[in-house]
Amino acid sequence: MPTIVVEVMPKAELLDPQGKAVAGALARLGKNEFSAVRIGKRFELTVDGEVDAALLAQVDELAADLFSNSVIEDVVSVTVND
Amino acid sequence: MKIGVITFPGSLDDRDAQRAVRLAGATPVALWHGDHDLQGVDAIVLPGGFSYGDYLRAGAIASHSPIMAEVIDAASKGMPVLGICNGFQMLAEARLLPGAHTRNGHQQFICRDQKMRVENASTDWTNGYAEGQEIVIPLKNADGRFVADAETITRIEGNGQVVFRYLDVNPNASINDIAGVANERGNVVGLMPHPEHATELGFGPDTADAMRSGTDGLAFFTSAIAALTRV
Repeated sequence: MPTIVVEVMPKAELLDPQGKAVAGALARLGKNEFSAVRIGKRFELTVDGEVDAALLAQVDELAADLFSNSVIEDVVSVTVND
Repeated sequence: MKIGVITFPGSLDDRDAQRAVRLAGATPVALWHGDHDLQGVDAIVLPGGFSYGDYLRAGAIASHSPIMAEVIDAASKGMPVLGICNGFQMLAEARLLPGAHTRNGHQQFICRDQKMRVENASTDWTNGYAEGQEIVIPLKNADGRFVADAETITRIEGNGQVVFRYLDVNPNASINDIAGVANERGNVVGLMPHPEHATELGFGPDTADAMRSGTDGLAFFTSAIAALTRV
């Protein structure tokens, strides 16, 4: 069954406290190659049947209205995995 | 005068809000998230809690509840609507109020008696206060950091839509110490601290006079009654 994957990230200009906490852990582990960490969300929508343009349009709408809040987040990708 | 309090799956403070409504002199009406019925109420409170476990984003799933269609319609017609904590998050997610909420800057849940200043005493929920009045009511949240883009912040600051500002301590790294905001019309108000927990002697924050004697939150509810009486 095909899967539609939606990825959402906190806006670049906003503080991401989760990412900051993980970056702090990396520094404590001596992993100094990384200067920053940001954490986002991945939604995997399993589809019963075919993925067509109408369904993808519906997912775009859901990604903008439900899966993300445009005040604080950006939808970075919507992809189909067969 | 009937003030409805909507219960969502995961609401915690709906009963406290109903009690605050009663103490203020109005009749509380329990409303249910899954209904399409406001039962003829004159004003609405969206209470605090953790609707749907705060999954997705705090207040996000609840903001799409069946009853929210009626809430959005009533708010657009001028009905007083108050969102407390999780209710504030829902009103922001429903775009009835500007901005949004993210996790507290320090990443932790915080619970404290919070001092704040009433910046706008002309809304339907704050007309019983004086402009600039300092009040103390409980605050308890994990996702309380108010954020909006710079343009929105400039606009709401200029319009007087910033209704409350944290004093002494900014408990969650909210932009401009913003604790609560209103829509342009002033009938929809949301804030992170909990006025319903400071409405009754013996159960509120400590004051200089006596332990647990703080009732600074009661005027939210008497303000709404006054706003409705004036109409």
